[in-house]
Amino acid sequence: MRHAIRFYLGDTLHTVAGEACSMTLLDWLRHQGRTGTKEGCNEGDCGACTVIVIRLRRGRLAVRAVNACIQLVAMLDGACVMTVEDVGGPDALHPVQKAMVAASGSQCGFCTPGFVMSMIAYRCMDGAPDDDASIDAALAGNLCRCTGYAPIVRAMKQALSIPGAPGGVSGGAPGNAPGSTPGSTAGDEDGAGAAFEARIAALQPRLLALAASDDVEIDTGTSSLFIPAHAESLAARLVAHPGTVMVAGATDVGLWITKGMRALPRLAFIAQCPDLLRLEETRSGLHVGAAVTYEEVAAPFGRMLPSFGALIARIGSTPIRNSATLCGNIANGSPIGDGPPALIAADAVLHLRHGDARRDLPLDAYFLAYGKQDLAAGEFVEGVTIPRPAPDTFYRVYKVSKRFDQDISAVCGAFALRRDAEGRIVHIRIAFGGMAATPCRARETEAFLLGRVWNEETLAKSRDILTRDFTPLSDMRASAWYRMRVAGNLLIRFFEESREAADDPDNPNVPGAPNVLEKSRGLSHV
Amino acid sequence: MSEAPTHERGRTVKHESATLHVTGRASYIDDLPEPKSLLHLAPGLSARAHARVVSLDFSEVLAVPGVVRVLTCADIVGQNQVSPVHAEDEPLLADGVVHHVGQIVFVVVATERGIARRAARKARITYEDLPAVLDIATAQSGEEDLVWRPLTMERGQAEAALEASPRRLGGSLTLGGQEHFYLEGQVALAQPGEAGEMRVWSSTQHPSETQHLVASVLGRPHHLVTTEVRRMGGGFGGKETQANSCACLAALAAELTGQAVKMRLDRDDDMMTTGKRHDFSIAYEVGFTPRGDILAVDMTLSARCGWSADLSGPVTDRALFHADNAYYYPDVRLHSRAFRTNTQSNTAFRGFGGPQGIVAAERLIEEIAFATGQDPLDIRLRNLYGTGHRDVTPYHMTVEDSISDLVLTRLAEQCDYRKRRAALRAFNAQSRILRKGIAITPVKFGISFTATHYNQAGALVHVYTDGSVQVNHGGTEMGQGLHTKMVQIVMREFALPAEMVRITATTTGKVPNTSATAASSGADLNGMAVLDAVTRIKSRMIDYAAAKWQVSPQDIRFTTDGVRIGHEIVPFRQLAWEVYFARISLSANGFYRTPRISWNPATGRGRPFYYFAYGAACAEVTIDRLTGENTIDRVDILHDAGESLNPEIDIGQIEGGFVQGAGWLTTEELVWDKEGVLKTHAPSTYKIPACSDRPRIFNVSLLENAPNREETIYRSKAVGEPPFVHGVAVLHALSDAIASVDDYRRCPRLDAPATPEAILRCLARLEGEPL
Ligand SMILES: Cc1cc2nc3c(=O)[nH]c(=O)nc-3n(C[C@H](O)[C@H](O)[C@H](O)COP(=O)(O)OP(=O)(O)OC[C@H]3O[C@@H](n4cnc5c(N)ncnc54)[C@H](O)[C@@H]3O)c2cc1C
Ligand code: FES
Ligand code: FES
Repeated sequence: MRHAIRFYLGDTLHTVAGEACSMTLLDWLRHQGRTGTKEGCNEGDCGACTVIVIRLRRGRLAVRAVNACIQLVAMLDGACVMTVEDVGGPDALHPVQKAMVAASGSQCGFCTPGFVMSMIAYRCMDGAPDDDASIDAALAGNLCRCTGYAPIVRAMKQALSIPGAPGGVSGGAPGNAPGSTPGSTAGDEDGAGAAFEARIAALQPRLLALAASDDVEIDTGTSSLFIPAHAESLAARLVAHPGTVMVAGATDVGLWITKGMRALPRLAFIAQCPDLLRLEETRSGLHVGAAVTYEEVAAPFGRMLPSFGALIARIGSTPIRNSATLCGNIANGSPIGDGPPALIAADAVLHLRHGDARRDLPLDAYFLAYGKQDLAAGEFVEGVTIPRPAPDTFYRVYKVSKRFDQDISAVCGAFALRRDAEGRIVHIRIAFGGMAATPCRARETEAFLLGRVWNEETLAKSRDILTRDFTPLSDMRASAWYRMRVAGNLLIRFFEESREAADDPDNPNVPGAPNVLEKSRGLSHV
Repeated sequence: MSEAPTHERGRTVKHESATLHVTGRASYIDDLPEPKSLLHLAPGLSARAHARVVSLDFSEVLAVPGVVRVLTCADIVGQNQVSPVHAEDEPLLADGVVHHVGQIVFVVVATERGIARRAARKARITYEDLPAVLDIATAQSGEEDLVWRPLTMERGQAEAALEASPRRLGGSLTLGGQEHFYLEGQVALAQPGEAGEMRVWSSTQHPSETQHLVASVLGRPHHLVTTEVRRMGGGFGGKETQANSCACLAALAAELTGQAVKMRLDRDDDMMTTGKRHDFSIAYEVGFTPRGDILAVDMTLSARCGWSADLSGPVTDRALFHADNAYYYPDVRLHSRAFRTNTQSNTAFRGFGGPQGIVAAERLIEEIAFATGQDPLDIRLRNLYGTGHRDVTPYHMTVEDSISDLVLTRLAEQCDYRKRRAALRAFNAQSRILRKGIAITPVKFGISFTATHYNQAGALVHVYTDGSVQVNHGGTEMGQGLHTKMVQIVMREFALPAEMVRITATTTGKVPNTSATAASSGADLNGMAVLDAVTRIKSRMIDYAAAKWQVSPQDIRFTTDGVRIGHEIVPFRQLAWEVYFARISLSANGFYRTPRISWNPATGRGRPFYYFAYGAACAEVTIDRLTGENTIDRVDILHDAGESLNPEIDIGQIEGGFVQGAGWLTTEELVWDKEGVLKTHAPSTYKIPACSDRPRIFNVSLLENAPNREETIYRSKAVGEPPFVHGVAVLHALSDAIASVDDYRRCPRLDAPATPEAILRCLARLEGEPL
């Protein structure tokens, strides 16, 4: 058992114990004098606090932008944190910084360090594409109130155009080993870009040396922080202290601390727990362990359920998805989470564990009532399995929110449909988020549809019946009227797309778009 | 005066802090090294919209380890009053009665910010509720409680002309407010000094006002208080008056504890406490000819001002000043009403009421276009101000510089508006679910503070003996590039490279009695003051050189090679040294006041604006009929910055202003619940545009060869606020797309913000469905 955590800040190894471990990374950095990292919101929404965290994930270096404001210092055990102070000074600017200056990408400058870090993380990704839509996705978590973003995107493109630079370190899809630093230095005459990438590559042995084999327990004076080295010790700890709050990516829990100012006497950090990192794509489906982030599941989902993959691109933002877990999204039990309806419609099965006892639960049975889940004291989510849909299943999920990127859904509707040779519906799942106190299925509508022929008339009736399934609320995101109306309209969308797909019988699962306008989001600048 | 050989080179200078920004080395208030034993403040906020405070119990607050003390209004040494317009209706800390949810009732002083924040929540306050007025509708229906005198602008006989108009229609329009969402929240650091001195570092657009209010709260003369700000992380008007509270509270706590104190608001507290852009409800009547010529306009613009006057008076005035936008109204009556409500006290925000007035004018145009079955662009062109005729505004100022026609026509051609409009209509005829719309809207924006005395500025320029120059002025840098432009002026006049000119923090100790950096006037006013200071030093240098080298002053020029004196070239630094050695001052104050302006609110007449800035925008959008979601597919902007001081910075202002304006009219929605609690008090619920919300295609250009007709600094034009208005094109493009579902028969009367829900409702209304 260790009683301190270890991580690198830039090139310096820090061993931190006690109270400091329960600070947010942002506060800790600023206390260290690293004031380049800014606080704009303290809740993961603005990106002013973006830093790069480099870890060994499944033995490989992962270079990720994260929101320092909602990460706790304890979560950094075994990692390396790089802030804007690490990437290039006034005398030797990193190519991203240079491009930002050249393109006038900063006005007030307050958002700029955060953008620079997101941009550098993106540039570290293997084959980072330079089209507008991909850049938008990479920068969706960084808000700028001054520039209108256009010059920042121009700077990003310029930085990507510097030959040999991207792909030097593996920050994107798992695969490439780091090490191959850029061949050309054009645009990086001062070598700051190459130097930064070389430093990242050199981290592999350093981080390997930090890899944890023992549990960590830290007493901060007001709370006990536990970092299990294995699921085994986590299970035991939860049995011994059933009141322990689990922390995966902390994209929900972080806000309980920064905004709710809740005192949490016992926390267990599971994000790096190796046996919860399982991510398996098999013939029967996809298994996702409790520590797997949204970023990590995006590609496998994209392969199995393209529409779900497209939804993931709209959950939070890149830095949020780099931390947030799929299982945390479920466990949180929010009625407006996007993962649950999409998973329910896909017949996902939740794996729960209490000590050594395990049980499986169809996901929709997990959500009992507002704020109440079928999770016993001391029990935790070990993972979730999403069965591979039968080949003729037509699956779609649609997210509708006030703002396209990084917004919580007003309504999120997910649908799965199978028909027999006569066109009768033999399998139907309709699940919504935002329509009730829990994510839940439209049971009456499903019952009505089952066995019927999927045509305009059925559609019209099912829209009426849908109003019996739900009595949504009005809040700042949308009125009950809007939610109900959109839910019905999404049925229309699903109907129309299923008909289009039927015209293309070889490919019932074609371009899943959580939003039909998405296709027109491929930007271009004249 | 000498030529300016560095002119072109100077125009391409990058933002003076760009390298500091990208390396994280640019210091904002919270980044300054912290003084020893610094204390921190957190506010305790009212939970009620309007109530008598019956009791305050801080025992649990004070029991928290690290809490030093709690401050209430009883602890205020001087005046408990921070009204920027001397309306005396804005206590710094609530005094017996709370007026909105989020009003600061007390502050906790603690050794750490986190402790102060946690402790603040432990206060027990009991209230006795009073009737609360939360919105314009309620305010209108009750006994009128106004925070400012109503203003009426009248020319001709609006009523009679309406009666006589062959066609006439009326309606109403509601426009939401807008949170500034400056990325750097409100923050101030106060450090007590000797003999009653107080130094305050404040993220403020108005250091002089901050200084004066700190002095008043402390009961001190102004000369004991110095306010300083190097840069803000965004302002947009939100730090014109709203920065004062943090500064005053930090100074008060510093005074009472004898220690340095910092107050930095958490984002949620910031949004709960501070004022926003005014939301408006506008009732209009317009008379017109069958061809679409406006004959008469009668409009009442009502604003939700919040609990105190703040700047609501001048904001509602400016709404009237812009309720004509670029259009001539032959007979007109405009009327404003500034309602007091139990909500945050609304304040300055880029455009300062002007955009709201302009949206109203554009609604009239749209109504007439639908009523007469014409392209709104034709209605616009038909009604623009003329030159020499049809050129008098509702406030009796003659528009001498109208170029709206040129700008609109040129943009429409450049972006192929008419052809695209036809193509989109053809698309819509084929498309069931996705609908496209396009609109082109002009802006004419009046430049100058309407409070005439604000139109003055000072500067202080030092030339040192090594030839390096330091420049200071009364304006503040919030990202708009003001400091860069001021440096450029010095560079251009002395023909010096950027490294030789240093601009320093704005401080009341160097340039006193300044105006807010607002009303787009920063570069106009301060630029002329800097030019004045530089000219004074230059003429002393020239006089010295003329005497020593025995040449005529006309034969002395400042060039990039050095100072050309007759046939000789003398390095600038050498001349500076010689002038010093000859005991001649190398430091000068500069001063400027805008000529030709006047305004009398009592008569509603005057020439409040020195000149107008013009521009036009064309937006194309797609909407989804099933959800109301939408995209901005293409935007083209042609903007008039006069002889631009720095085209790259000005284009940045236009791009950023447009996106901010489009955000105001689309996704940015402020929602209060029935108890008056603002529910959208964080970026999780209040959605400013994100990266992907910028237009897919975004073409911005400056109007070429269009020097300002007035003698502004190098004939440039102000560029801070006017481009914000270009966002209006998006509202009208959305409206155009919506109108397609009714085959363009009816004006959709789309209100703002046009959220997906608002669009879906509008569609449902046009489709005749029950809501
Ligand atoms: C800026 C921002 C944007 C967001 N956008 C979206 C969005 O678009 N859509 C959306 O759905 N959500 C969104 N969220 C919410 C959040 O990101 C998701 O719910 C996320 O998936 C939570 O995962 P996490 O790993 O961070 O959970 P944590 O915060 O670590 O935990 C969440 C909850 O789950 C519990 N928990 C975690 N792991 C387990 C486990 N293995 N067993 C039992 N309990 C567990 C925790 O105790 C806690 O109650 C957003 C959040 C932020 C801050
Ligand atoms: S401070 Fe806004 S995301 Fe962290
Ligand atoms: S430059 Fe000001 S917020 Fe981005």
